[in-house]
Amino acid sequence: MNLRILKNSIVKGRVTLPLDPDEITVSHDIEGLGAELKRMIHANFGRSLHIREVDTGSCGACESEIIASSNPIYDIQRFGIDFVASPRHADALLVTGPVSKNMELALKKTYEAMPEPKFVISLGDCAKGGGLFKGSYYTCGGVENVLPVTLHIPGCPPSPLVIMKTLVSFLKPFGKLRILSRIE
Amino acid sequence: MKEIHFIQNILASEKIDIVDLSRPFPDEARITVAGADFAKTCKLLHSCLSSPVMAFFAEDLRQRSGAFTLYCVFLSIQAQSWVFVRQDVAADTPEFASLAKDIHSASLFEREMREMFGVEPVGNPDPRSLRLHSEVWPAGRYPLRKDFTMPHKNMDEGVRYRFKRVEGEGIFEIPVGPVHAGIIGPGHFRFSAAGEPIINLELRLGWTHRGIEKLLEGKSSLDAVKISECISGDAAFGYSMAFCQTVEKAQGAYIPLRSQLIRVLCLELERLYNHINDMGGIALDVGFSFPAQFASLIKEAILRLNDAVCGSRYLKGVNTIGGTLIDIDMAKRALIHTALIKIKKDFRALEEMLFSSVSFMDRADATGILRAKTARDLGITGLAARASGIGLDMRKVFPGIYHSFSFKMAKEQAGDVTARLKVRCSEVIESLEIIKQCLEKLGTCSPQIKITIAKKSGTALGCVEAWRGPVLVWMRLDAAGYIERCKIVDPSFHNWEGLSYAVLGNIIPDFPLCNKSFDLSYPGNDL
Ligand code: SF4
Repeated sequence: MNLRILKNSIVKGRVTLPLDPDEITVSHDIEGLGAELKRMIHANFGRSLHIREVDTGSCGACESEIIASSNPIYDIQRFGIDFVASPRHADALLVTGPVSKNMELALKKTYEAMPEPKFVISLGDCAKGGGLFKGSYYTCGGVENVLPVTLHIPGCPPSPLVIMKTLVSFLKPFGKLRILSRIE
Repeated sequence: MKEIHFIQNILASEKIDIVDLSRPFPDEARITVAGADFAKTCKLLHSCLSSPVMAFFAEDLRQRSGAFTLYCVFLSIQAQSWVFVRQDVAADTPEFASLAKDIHSASLFEREMREMFGVEPVGNPDPRSLRLHSEVWPAGRYPLRKDFTMPHKNMDEGVRYRFKRVEGEGIFEIPVGPVHAGIIGPGHFRFSAAGEPIINLELRLGWTHRGIEKLLEGKSSLDAVKISECISGDAAFGYSMAFCQTVEKAQGAYIPLRSQLIRVLCLELERLYNHINDMGGIALDVGFSFPAQFASLIKEAILRLNDAVCGSRYLKGVNTIGGTLIDIDMAKRALIHTALIKIKKDFRALEEMLFSSVSFMDRADATGILRAKTARDLGITGLAARASGIGLDMRKVFPGIYHSFSFKMAKEQAGDVTARLKVRCSEVIESLEIIKQCLEKLGTCSPQIKITIAKKSGTALGCVEAWRGPVLVWMRLDAAGYIERCKIVDPSFHNWEGLSYAVLGNIIPDFPLCNKSFDLSYPGNDL
């Protein structure tokens, strides 16, 4: 197999998997949205938006969709969005889950570790107001009760396309203004 | 109904008086013994059924009977039955003799009861909390008691979690988490290492605790199904199926054949996408990114198939009490059929990429070995158990509709990363086969997918072999179909401990690999 990959890459140059016919329609959506997203990120964030993700009690499906947005079909990275390992490298904090009491401090500390300017995105229905977990004795009832939230991405979980769409419609009104200074 | 005389005989031979024995369902035996005989009975059942404690939980019945009631549940494969042993614990002295020293798999459950009910397992060697971290939670507040009131604010009473310390020359600790570098759930891992090899790994979990068992109390069974889909998102279907089956069992209903088939189909789809995702994850954690990306494509294809067939990428909103909300008609069957052909082809290619790569196999072979003995003692279940030579698959023990499918149970002996990988591979193939059989059966079965169930009170234990392993749900319903108490056991609950034993002696860089080969659930464990 590996030999074959090597041989292929020498003989055929760059080899990519062709898209399935039913993927083509989705792929048009992705490309269109992606181009728009890229333009906005270019204008607003100096080419790239670095995101640090924190799970504060999500069920894991939201993480799964965030990860899916980086798979080769969506490949959100090529539009300028990068998920980073350290809050020190991040422009935005992406938070999932209703914020369990155990995670409150860790979430705050992650936020504090980010350099200014910065902003917070909450993702998933339970991250806003606690969703289904509202009223539980062990949650803070949503990210907005712990940190200032600038953007919420709804869905349970939001699919990669919804994530991209919400980002685009959020960035649109800011036009060419530098969003980070506006948010502060 | 299979006979359980042999259990009665065993107890009689040890001179244990059975105060009461009932069999409300063919797969449940409920035994009550005198309080003094409880520990002895449990030990006996543990050894002669060679079953770990599958569940051990309390219920606050003080208003009714003036006591907390404890249930310790074992599994008899021979009788195809759950065996409940019951004990009442007086409300004014809420304590019982711990089983943990004789039955290790009881330990976590006992700690859980202590913090949730304030029922003290006297003699349990581990006084630490599991989910209610002392940094934010005051002592003496027991959420699952019926008279629990919320504390006004977070309270740090200065009690700190004590990690086990390994001391000696050159030994150092590496704390990791709760926030990890990747996009993943939170957990705290503390490694003690000397040079590269791991000497001890301690897990501190509970970070995603959302109080689900409490939240479920007082909910209608339909609302509970919605919540169940959000307990562990990658097993959303397994959970909702377990919830529905438990309610249906408690209320004595038989759902239409068609809905049972649809459930099987979806459960296997869930197994498929998760197993393939993990194969990619294992590759990624040794830095082998081509197959990892390739696996993510297969996963995406299955998620889209789920969406096309059920209207949800994670199979939410399919299950309901009494059947399913969606039907799988001919067009959808054709869709699944074509998709499966491609998935199978891609899966074979993925498998070849992994198993033909010498450097990959070198990392996976003999890494993270969980021995059968350890696995048995810890009460490891599901996929991880099958990779360590324990042949336990609930689809075989309690087949239900699965009796009409022909499939083999995957089993490996080595207990290492490769074994877990191989179990996944064989289960993928079996799942594809089951789905194929399912499609055929759906073609000829009557169209009804849902019945309405008359509400009545009852208690029942339900179990579904989800992709990680068995999800257990025990419920007490009141006459209007509302939940009075619900106990959930996720396969990760014990398997996390398995991971902490499997990594011993392995080098720290292999930890992600071992971890991914188990791929356990944080939210399922933390509830
Ligand atoms: S929004 Fe839904 S999918 Fe996302 S973490 Fe919350 S419960 Fe899970």
